[in-house]
Amino acid sequence: MIVAEGRQPSYLEDAGGKTGLMAWLGTTDHKRIGLMYLYAMVAFFFVGVGIGLVMRLVQLTTFQKLISAQTYNALFTVHGVIMIFLFVIPGLPAVFGNFFLPILVGAKDVFFPRLNLASWYFFMAGAILAVLSLFTGGGAPDTGWSFYAPFSIKTGTNVTLAVFAAFVLGFSSMLTGINFITTIHRMRAPGMTWFRMPLFCWAAYATSWIQILATPIVAITLVLVMLERLVGIGIFDPAKGGDPVLYQHLFWIYSHPAVYIMILPAMGAISEILPTYAKRPIFGYKAIAFSSLSIAGVGSLVWAHHMFTSGMSEFANMIFSLLTMLVAIPSAIKVFNWVSTLYKGSIDVQPALVYALTFIFLFCIGGLTGVMNGALAIDVHIHDTYFIVGHFHYVMFGGTGFAFFAALLHWFPKMFGRMYSRKAVYAAWGPLFVGFNMLYFSMLVLGMMGMPRRYYLHLPQYHFGHQVATVGSWLLALGLLMFFGALLWAIFKGEKAEDNPWGGVTLEWQVPSPPPLENFEEIPTIEHGPYHFPQGGKA
Amino acid sequence: MSSGHGHAAHAHRDDLGDKLGMWLFLVTEIVLFGGLFIAYSYMRSLYPADFHHGGAELNATLGVINTVVLLTSSLTMVLSLAALQLGDLVKAKAFLLGTILLGGCFLVIKSFEWGAKFQHHLYPGSAHMATLPHGQQVFFGLYFTMTGLHGVHVLVGMSVLGWMYTHLAKGKINQDRFVVLENGGLYWHLVDVIWIFLLPLFYLAA
Amino acid sequence: MSETIARAHESHEAEASHGHPTYGTFIKVWVALLLLTGALVGLSHLGQTAAVWGLLTLTPIKAALVFYFFMHLKYEGILLKGVILVTLGTLLIFFVLLFSDVAFR
Repeated sequence: MIVAEGRQPSYLEDAGGKTGLMAWLGTTDHKRIGLMYLYAMVAFFFVGVGIGLVMRLVQLTTFQKLISAQTYNALFTVHGVIMIFLFVIPGLPAVFGNFFLPILVGAKDVFFPRLNLASWYFFMAGAILAVLSLFTGGGAPDTGWSFYAPFSIKTGTNVTLAVFAAFVLGFSSMLTGINFITTIHRMRAPGMTWFRMPLFCWAAYATSWIQILATPIVAITLVLVMLERLVGIGIFDPAKGGDPVLYQHLFWIYSHPAVYIMILPAMGAISEILPTYAKRPIFGYKAIAFSSLSIAGVGSLVWAHHMFTSGMSEFANMIFSLLTMLVAIPSAIKVFNWVSTLYKGSIDVQPALVYALTFIFLFCIGGLTGVMNGALAIDVHIHDTYFIVGHFHYVMFGGTGFAFFAALLHWFPKMFGRMYSRKAVYAAWGPLFVGFNMLYFSMLVLGMMGMPRRYYLHLPQYHFGHQVATVGSWLLALGLLMFFGALLWAIFKGEKAEDNPWGGVTLEWQVPSPPPLENFEEIPTIEHGPYHFPQGGKA
Repeated sequence: MSSGHGHAAHAHRDDLGDKLGMWLFLVTEIVLFGGLFIAYSYMRSLYPADFHHGGAELNATLGVINTVVLLTSSLTMVLSLAALQLGDLVKAKAFLLGTILLGGCFLVIKSFEWGAKFQHHLYPGSAHMATLPHGQQVFFGLYFTMTGLHGVHVLVGMSVLGWMYTHLAKGKINQDRFVVLENGGLYWHLVDVIWIFLLPLFYLAA
Repeated sequence: MSETIARAHESHEAEASHGHPTYGTFIKVWVALLLLTGALVGLSHLGQTAAVWGLLTLTPIKAALVFYFFMHLKYEGILLKGVILVTLGTLLIFFVLLFSDVAFR
C-alpha cells in the first residue's frame, strides 16, 4: 500500500511549515501533540514517584525528624493530585489516543486539530496551577486528592487554587473526549466499519463518553467548593445546613467513572498488543468491544461504593454493592478473551508482550480486591485502610501504569522511528515487578491487619510491613529509572527501527516509522477486520 | 466550536461533524448544570418546607418576565439562522442583534433582582442569612449559585453571538456556510432550556 | 467501492442540511412556549401540589419544544438525537441512584 521508496519526510522532520519552538508549541499535528503530552506526563510522573518515595521513607520512623505531620498530609495530597489528574487519567488517552487513534481509523488528524492543541494548553495550565498551589497561599493542600468537604472548605491551606487546577484539567479532558468521539464518528477511512475498528479505538470511544458525561459533574462540584471557600454558599457546610454526603456523591459520580477513564484505554492497548505478538486475530472481538462500552456504562453507576460508611441509606448500600459486583463481569470477559487469544498462537516473545502479561496478572489482583471492597461487610472492616491503597495501586499502577509501559514498548519504534535495547527493558522488568509487589502487596496485608491510610505514625505491629513496602519502593524506583533511561537513550542513540518490527497488521504498521505529517499518502480503503493475519498465524 | 475549516488535514468540510462536536460540548454543559440540579433535588428533599418559604421570597413576576425575554431571544436566534439560510442577510443581522439585546435585557432585569436581594441582606455570608433556618440558607445558596452560573452563560453566549455578528457582517458566515451560526444558536438555546428549568424550580414550584 | 461510500457520505450530509422550515413554524413554537409558561404560572397559584406537577410535566415539554424545533433536532439524523438521549438517560439514572440513598434514609 505505502512503499518505502521515495518516502515523505516524517512528522518529526516536517512541521507543516512552522519553525523553531512554534513547530511544537503551535502544532496541530496529533502526533506532535501526543508527544508533548508524553514528555509533560513522564516529568510529572517522576515528581509523583519522588513524593511517593519520601512518603515511604517517613514510614521508616527514623526519617520522621525530617518531615512533619502537616508536610506528610501535603505530600499524600500532592502525590494523589499529580498521579491522578496529571498522569493516570490523561495518560493513555492523551498520549496514545492522540498519536494512534487517527492512524488506527485511517485519518490524517483528529476532527478538531486546533481544539486538540487547546486541550494540551489547558492541560499545561492546569498542571502549572496545581504546582503553584503548593507554594502560594496557605501552603500545599492537605485534604487528600479527594478534597472531602467539610475539611476542604475549612482548611487554611491553598485548596482553592488546587481545586481550580483540577477544574482546568477537567476541561482539557472533556475537550479531548469531544474530539475523539467526533473523529471516530466522522473520519473513519472508507470501509472502516465499526466492527473493523481496532479495539483500542473502541476503548478510546467508550472512554471519551465517560469523559464528557462524568467530568462536568466534578467540574461543578469543584466550582461549588471554590464558592464555598470564597463566599460561603453553604451547600456542603453542615453549619449552614449543607451536607458533606452530597459532596461525596457529586465527587464520586465523576471520580469513580474516572477510574474507567484510566483503565479502559489501557485495556484497549492490551487488546492491540496481544494479537500482534500471538500472531492471530483477537479472540472474541465483539465481546471485547462491547465489554468496553458496558464497563463504561455500568462503571458510571457504582460511585457510592466509596461511601458505604458515610451514613448513606442501607438500601443504597445494597444497590451500589450489587452494581459494583456487576462491573466484574465485563472486566472478566476481557481477561478471558485476552488469555484465549494467546491459546494456539505462534507467540513471539517481545518486551511489550511481557509487560502486557504483567498487566493482566496485576490487574487481576487489583480487580479481585476491588470485588472484596464492593462487598458490604468486608468494606466496613477495610474502609480507609492500606488495603484500599494497595487495591487502587494494583489497578492504577499495576493496571494502567504497566499497560502504559507495554503500550510505550509496543509503539515506541513507530513514534520515534528508533528501537530500544530489549535487554535493557527486560532488565528493568525484574526490579519493577518485584518492587511493585513488595510495595503494594505489603499494603494489602497491612490493611487487612488494620493499618489506616493517610496516618503519619503507625503502631509497632505494622512496622515490618512498612519496612518491606519501603524497600519495595526503592526497587520499584530503580526499575522505573532503568526503564525510562533505556527509552531516553533509544530516542537519541537507538538504531533505526523498521516500519513494522513486530509484524503487526493494524494500520499504524503500514505507514513509515515515524509516520509522515499526514500519516497516509492516500487514505486507505479497508477491506477486512483489524487483526487479519494473512499467513494464517505465521509471521 | 468554530473549527473544521482552514486546516490542511481536514480537506472537505463536514457540517454534521462540526454540529456533532457542538452537541457533545452541549452535553458537557447539560451535565454541568445536571450536577447542580442533583444538588438542588437532594437538598430540596432534605428541606421541603424551607424551600417553599425561600421560594415565596423570590420575585416571581421578574422571573416570568425574564422567561418571556429569553424565550423571545431564542425565537429571534432561530429566525436569524432561518433568514440567513433564505439568503436575507439584513434580517439575519437584525434578528441576531435582537437576540444579543434581549440577552442584555435579561441580565439587566436579573441584576435588579439580585440587587433587591442584596438590599434585604440576603446573600451568602451575610449576617442576616446566618439567622435564617438551615434549609433557607441552602436554598438561597443554590439560588445564587445556579442563577449566577446561568447568568455567566448568558454573558458568554452574548459574546459568542457578538463575535458571530462581526463574522456575519464580513461575510465569513453566509448563506452557504452557516454551521458556525447554527452552533452559536445551539448554545444560546441551551442556555434558554436551562432557564426553563430554573424558573419553576426557584420561582414557581419551590 | 470507496467512491460509493464517499457518495453515500455526501448524500447523507445533504440530507441533514436540506428541508429547513420557515419562520411560521418557529413563531408557532414560540407562542406555544409562552402559553405553557402561562399555564405554569397559573398552576403555581393553585397550590404546591399543582405547581410541582406543572414542574414535572410542562417544563420537560417546553424543553423538548426548544430541543426539537429551535435546536433542529427534528431535522437531524439518529446520531445527534442519540447523543442527547444518551445524555438525558444518564442524568436520569444518576437521579434515580441518588434517590436510592436520599429517599430511603
